[in-house]
Amino acid sequence: MRRFTRLFLELDATTATGEKLAALEAYFRDAPPEDACWGLALLTGNRPKGAATTSVLRESVLEASGLPEWLLAECHAAVGDLSETIALLLPDGAGNADEPLHRTMGDRVLALVGASEDDKRRIIRDAWAVFGPAERLVYHKLIRGGFRLGVQKRLVTRALASVAGIEPDVMAHRLIGRIRPTAEAYAALMSPEQAADDAARPYPFFLAHPLEGNAAGLGAPGDWAAEWKWDGIRAQLIRRAGQTALWSRGEEPIAHQFPEIAAAAAGLLDGTVLDGEVLLWRGGRDGGPLGFAALQTRLNRKVAPTHQLDLFDETRAVLVAYDLLEQAGRDLRREPFEDRRAALEEVITALGDETIRLSPLLGASGWEELAAVQASARERGAEGLMLKHRRSVYGVGRTKPGDTPGWFKWKVDPYTVDAVLTAAQPGSGRRANLYTDYTFAVWDRTGEDAALVTFAKAYSGLEQDEIERLDRWIRSNTTAKRGPFRQVTPEQVFELGFEGLQASERHKSGIAVRFPRILRWRTDKPAAEADTLDTLRALLEAHRA
Amino acid sequence: MPVKTDLIVPTDRGLWCEAGGFYIDPWRPVDLAVVTHAHADHATPGCGRYIASANTAALMRSRMSGIGEAHTPAFGEPLRLGATTVSLHPAGHVLGSSQVRVVPEEGPTWVVTGDYKVEPDPTCEPFEPVACDVLLTESTFGLPIYRWGDTLAVFDDLNAWWRSNADAGRTTVVLAYALGKAQRVLAGLDASIGPIGLRGALHGPTGVYQEAGIVLPDWIHANATNAPELKGRGLIVCPPSASGTAWIRKFRGKGGIRTAFVSGWMRVRGRRRWGSVDRGFVLSDHADWDGLIDTVRRTGAKRVGVTHGSSEALARYLAEREGVETFVVPTRYRGEGDEQDGVQGPGGAA
Repeated sequence: MRRFTRLFLELDATTATGEKLAALEAYFRDAPPEDACWGLALLTGNRPKGAATTSVLRESVLEASGLPEWLLAECHAAVGDLSETIALLLPDGAGNADEPLHRTMGDRVLALVGASEDDKRRIIRDAWAVFGPAERLVYHKLIRGGFRLGVQKRLVTRALASVAGIEPDVMAHRLIGRIRPTAEAYAALMSPEQAADDAARPYPFFLAHPLEGNAAGLGAPGDWAAEWKWDGIRAQLIRRAGQTALWSRGEEPIAHQFPEIAAAAAGLLDGTVLDGEVLLWRGGRDGGPLGFAALQTRLNRKVAPTHQLDLFDETRAVLVAYDLLEQAGRDLRREPFEDRRAALEEVITALGDETIRLSPLLGASGWEELAAVQASARERGAEGLMLKHRRSVYGVGRTKPGDTPGWFKWKVDPYTVDAVLTAAQPGSGRRANLYTDYTFAVWDRTGEDAALVTFAKAYSGLEQDEIERLDRWIRSNTTAKRGPFRQVTPEQVFELGFEGLQASERHKSGIAVRFPRILRWRTDKPAAEADTLDTLRALLEAHRA
Repeated sequence: MPVKTDLIVPTDRGLWCEAGGFYIDPWRPVDLAVVTHAHADHATPGCGRYIASANTAALMRSRMSGIGEAHTPAFGEPLRLGATTVSLHPAGHVLGSSQVRVVPEEGPTWVVTGDYKVEPDPTCEPFEPVACDVLLTESTFGLPIYRWGDTLAVFDDLNAWWRSNADAGRTTVVLAYALGKAQRVLAGLDASIGPIGLRGALHGPTGVYQEAGIVLPDWIHANATNAPELKGRGLIVCPPSASGTAWIRKFRGKGGIRTAFVSGWMRVRGRRRWGSVDRGFVLSDHADWDGLIDTVRRTGAKRVGVTHGSSEALARYLAEREGVETFVVPTRYRGEGDEQDGVQGPGGAA
């Protein structure tokens, strides 16, 4: 319990990802499996339910401290956290026992489930007698609702992978579903990589460069294939050894959220890997892709709907495939795009299931005609065009500077960047009690010494429910306050659009943008993948040209 | 509620004693000011005449100009002011800090505590409870969540943290209010761990402490010249305003820099987080909950006015549980501890 409490305090005390990761790694390295399995369950939100009611805890602290109930309420308001308030109000003279976490979970947490009120009071009093102040705080959180550690599952995955000595994506796949808090399940989770792990392993995604300036600069139009740039979730569908895996670009397994795609994938031959876009597709005559926001509601759901409620609603999740990375178990990534494309068309035709469909190639006589097609992208539910060189290979990540990029994204609005939310302050008038004025930053440098540099403020562009959701997030992820201004954990990414940009001495970033606005909330994108100052500089160059 | 016929009443300039013709801790210039201690939210320059302890007067002069004629009675020495007899008594808050006892020719005796703490502190005169009929007490930490632990244990933790930072080549930065907290921290440091640097703003008050005979470890000026010596092993004491500035980054060691905040507010986790510091050490120059209640009992006061902080809660508790008549004394300063410690609280709740 002491080790887990230390982890809780360390995670709570820092906002630096590196330090959180180090704390998690230290915990999983040192904790014995019978405790670590509980630590993992608690970190990933698998808290045992129905342990104690808050009212029993409240009554017990009033009895132990002799304080009036109204004063408990005053203290709660000042602290903002009832578990902590109760820990602060308890008389000193706490014990100093270091009991294993699994014993605490069994004897003092699970034992509360279904216990009588009197037994609950006794169990809580006994726990207070053995724990020090910090352990008491954590204990209260364990037996009440809403235990949160402020750590992303991705980070827990990385820490576990590093301790187990396996790849993070293998660990992510092993973590799908609920891991039972037993030493055996934990040992299996931490075992060395096995052949079975390979079946789900995705390839690194190949990323496109934004097209700056004129498409005609790319050379002969015949060398390039054009497709819609879809506004969905980039995903890799893997069918190997009779199993299906679907990975988002954020390297999250998402097959359980899109069971219809997983079901359709069963028709693919073993050893097939597709790259494409998950979209919600409206059926019928005026059918087409729904916006990203619609897709997000699906992503946020813990369990996807297994049947349709409205029989006339033909909206369904589809994978629009645009590349074939593996066929019959053979890695095709070094093959030229046009060969991969031909093979892809065969695979999709052979499957014959609308749920996994082809992203069509767009024909055009030249750059001018293609520009007209590009301008109509929004009407087609797309963000613009993708331009792929017919001889390009499928690379890893973004093409290195100096190399000729094989893929370009040609967005409708040329001036968009993905930026990280770094701070917020309340709006005025109707929005005075909501955090609606946002400060955004992009990365300056990458890698170890990456830093965020502020470049824009934006006030509008979100829906009311998004504003409220973001407001709650801001309040619970504040890292510093100065007056009404709150600095937040740099975690949320937003796509910003603007009308123009110019060099500016007055701005820290050296660039001022005109009429910035939020286009959408990129909950699919980790902060590390937001755009860089170089992206802005390149846009500035293109703007000048 | 305060009553108009009271000996001491709140006004828009501060606490006013008509019978004595003086203000206590006025926040605008007045003819005659009795000053409890030298913090800027209690001491105002530009008054005609001051009455304060000698150490308070010296500290005021080191920090602000416009401090005119000052009369500096010894602690306990009676002083005739108008139709009252006034005496100062140590408050244990910072060097020179005083409580003010006012005895009228007729009627109840009043004591105004100013800011105070009851824990031992080698850098200031120890608090003494003063018998009275009416007590005006501060209540910065007037909630039972605020209870201070053993001061020596806090310093053990602080020194151990400094040592581990120094071992890892990290510079240690301690944020503390320039007058009082900084010198108390200084006195508790183990100078064998490494060199101690003080930001310029701390030199004036620290000099006054040393002249008053307070024993402090050797320290050096935290400036560019001394940066190489302090980097990676030293401890720098500076006001909270220096946190995160380019100035502080000059002292960054090989292993980086670690910052701690030393304040009673650090008792609450959320405050530690909002302060963006690596560590929070719970050490306050104000009375904690038990100290406030105990002081009320020891003075024997039958009426208690509560000011500066969680006044409503403390007043209600005293009335319900201690059987004293209570009233809340409004002040211009809301949550002065916030200002003093430089950390913003949640929605202004102190």
